Amino acid sequence: MSRHVDTVTDAAANPDAAQPFAELGLKPDEYQQIREILGRRPTSAELAMYSVMWSEHCSYKSSKVHLRQFGDKKPETDALLVGIGENAGVVDIGDGWAVTFKVESHNHPSYVEPYQGAATGIGGIVRDILSMGARPVAVMDPLRFGAADHPDTRRVLPGVVAGIGGYGNCLGLPNIGGEVVFDSSYQGNPLVNALCVGTMRHEDIHLASAKGVGNLVVLYGAKTGGDGIGGVSVLASETFDEGGPAKRPSVQVGDPFMEKLLIECTLEVLHAGLVEGIQDLGGAGISCATSELASNGEGGMHVRLDAVPLRDATLTPEEILMSESQERMCAVVTPEKIDAFLAICRKWDVTADVIGEVTSTGRLVIEWHGEIIVDVPPRTVAHDGPVYNRPLARPDWQDELIASGSSELARPSTAVEIRDTIMTMVASPNLAAKTWITSQYDRYVLGNTVLAQPEDSGMVRVDEVTGRGVAVSTDCNGRFAKLDPYNGAKLALAEAYRNVAATGAAPLAVTNCLNFGSPEDPAVMWQFSEAVRGLADGCLELGTPVTGGNVSFYNQTGDTAIHPTPVVGVLGVIEDVTKRTPMGFASAGDVVLLLGETRDELDGSEWAHVVHGHLGGVPPKVDLAAEMVLAALLVEFGGTGALTAAHDLSDGGVAQALVEMALRRGVGAMISLPAEHDAFVALFSESTARVIVTVSPARFDEVMSAAAAAGVLVTRIGSVGEAGSDLVIENVVGDSVTLSLAELSQASEATLPALFG
Amino acid sequence: MARVVVDVLLKPEILDPQGKAVEGALGRLGLSGVSSVRQGKTFTIDVDGDLDDARLAQLHELASSLLSNPVIEDYSIREVTA
Repeated sequence: MSRHVDTVTDAAANPDAAQPFAELGLKPDEYQQIREILGRRPTSAELAMYSVMWSEHCSYKSSKVHLRQFGDKKPETDALLVGIGENAGVVDIGDGWAVTFKVESHNHPSYVEPYQGAATGIGGIVRDILSMGARPVAVMDPLRFGAADHPDTRRVLPGVVAGIGGYGNCLGLPNIGGEVVFDSSYQGNPLVNALCVGTMRHEDIHLASAKGVGNLVVLYGAKTGGDGIGGVSVLASETFDEGGPAKRPSVQVGDPFMEKLLIECTLEVLHAGLVEGIQDLGGAGISCATSELASNGEGGMHVRLDAVPLRDATLTPEEILMSESQERMCAVVTPEKIDAFLAICRKWDVTADVIGEVTSTGRLVIEWHGEIIVDVPPRTVAHDGPVYNRPLARPDWQDELIASGSSELARPSTAVEIRDTIMTMVASPNLAAKTWITSQYDRYVLGNTVLAQPEDSGMVRVDEVTGRGVAVSTDCNGRFAKLDPYNGAKLALAEAYRNVAATGAAPLAVTNCLNFGSPEDPAVMWQFSEAVRGLADGCLELGTPVTGGNVSFYNQTGDTAIHPTPVVGVLGVIEDVTKRTPMGFASAGDVVLLLGETRDELDGSEWAHVVHGHLGGVPPKVDLAAEMVLAALLVEFGGTGALTAAHDLSDGGVAQALVEMALRRGVGAMISLPAEHDAFVALFSESTARVIVTVSPARFDEVMSAAAAAGVLVTRIGSVGEAGSDLVIENVVGDSVTLSLAELSQASEATLPALFG
Repeated sequence: MARVVVDVLLKPEILDPQGKAVEGALGRLGLSGVSSVRQGKTFTIDVDGDLDDARLAQLHELASSLLSNPVIEDYSIREVTA
């Protein structure tokens, strides 16, 4: 078939041809800017490239001015080997080991096609980690869905979970944790975030840059097909308007076995020293890979687009540039090493083709059967796109929301009512056991998983000789962020930080996935700017740098945005994973201690949400100084074996934490609430900077005096029972509450299978 | 009674890893000259009475909502002799 291809010559000869820039998502002034950069109208191929690369998803045009704070407020640290801006940040974890980790969103694709959307989300983040030169060793998935009993949640959740499990399990990567949160604000806009952790030696770090004039550009991996064309600009940057035109491009389908070959092939060519620069192909496909490699390198690249191996021979050059076919990578290789590179690709059955070379022209030139269809300065495509200072305004409903606190809500006032409340909360979808989901994931493949869901953090061993390992936790309470985006982001950071420390790992670095509504809504933009400011301030105070992350805008239907959801991932280091602190009650007679101060903080709590369907007021106070002191204590005494268990207090408060600690290993406890405390507040408040720990009687005095010296408030609240014993809570409004493990387990485990099984 | 067959196939632009695996295996087993394999599903449905327009419309509804995933798959319906 012959089709006229719009060349640079055509663009010059026919300067006023009408172009569908608006349909491709470009604004008139952006189109004008492209014309000014080029000094002529863009060719259709150039227009395709600019439109995807200047989309919100690829260019960060609305978020850039705010994200700069992560660099400006970066804490002093030696741990950061590679910072923001590369595919993923890299941190030094000691002994010559480096770890790279990053979380990304795949929200919109997962709503359209839950299984493939979630599966390719895993595939994409794994390639990001791989392109830094690291071996992917674990994944995690922070997920958010609409109301648990909504029919659409029943459509989306099982597909998403199966997609994550299907892709991750086939790849042979353990899924070590994440979150599952239900809230009607995510109805129609589920959040499917994916995190990957990779490990490498310091000398193995690789960057995405095309250096060395004359070096060859190789595209390898799967062939390019017509899947996901325009997915980046259309799927990730447009709101799903109800009743609007069906702008629904075909989605991408992942092939995890191809990805596994790509991982092994890539690591082999990297270790053999055959690669000068490397980049994964994700959103925006070849457009993104070639322009970013060229922009980061010496600025010039010549590409022969007709050399790209195709799955579908009828694809037009514009479609090839925009295709988001999965499982592809791009490498820059010297001519001397190209044969060795291609030989390794053949060994792994991976298609590899030289599609161009690095030049000194400062231009990215793309030809199609001998005709020039793209001739652009690569920086203008990849890095110097439009930047918006979008208007932001604190929403007019914010004051009303804050004024409507939880103090008017009816609180349980007798032991019987408190018992009923505990049972209701244990069985509520957000607090119930997530076994139905996590049992679909392989959590232990590779044999290095030390802790996985439902533990506070996922933990994997990195060095099989020394036992050095890393722990990762992701957290965010969207309700808190709705009430106060600035402190909500800090609270997410504090919780993830505490979760990592609770396992005995020292928190080191942060990644984030910022999920928000439309940036064109000043109220959403205000939420976003506040959350970024909060997270940047929090990271500076905690001394944990942001290594990278992702922004997902347009998570809204009509005028209704999701709760602001800045998901924060914290990574920590533990010198010997055999000394980690698990979360479950273990040895009878161990002392149960509550570390930290409990205040009457129920606004935005899980209790208000589950029992009253209420959201309003002021979220719990953030005290990062207290978090740091607490974390230091947890890491120190975790390492010496003084702590036999530790569990972070967050959603559902002390009551939920005690239930989870008892159910973890089927060991109850005798708890006695301090007489001076209001039992309801003691059990359900969500005050931060608190953990419950257990200590063997022999180490009790040592822990008490260290805690006192550090200024951490310690309350002795009971002792661990025998295996199978009840969870008994005394001093509950003059009575005691006895909960058998059987009834707790039944209540906790039955919820998700009943909804989705 | 009438018998209809519903064929469900991935849309042509969608990657079909299973079809690709079969294609690769055919080559390894010595069958040359195969350029593409796409795998899908077939449903054989027996319906009572005649296959009138109303019944056919019902089957199309069923095929598009239950038997196929319209986001990534196409279907076709044909009548066969039972």
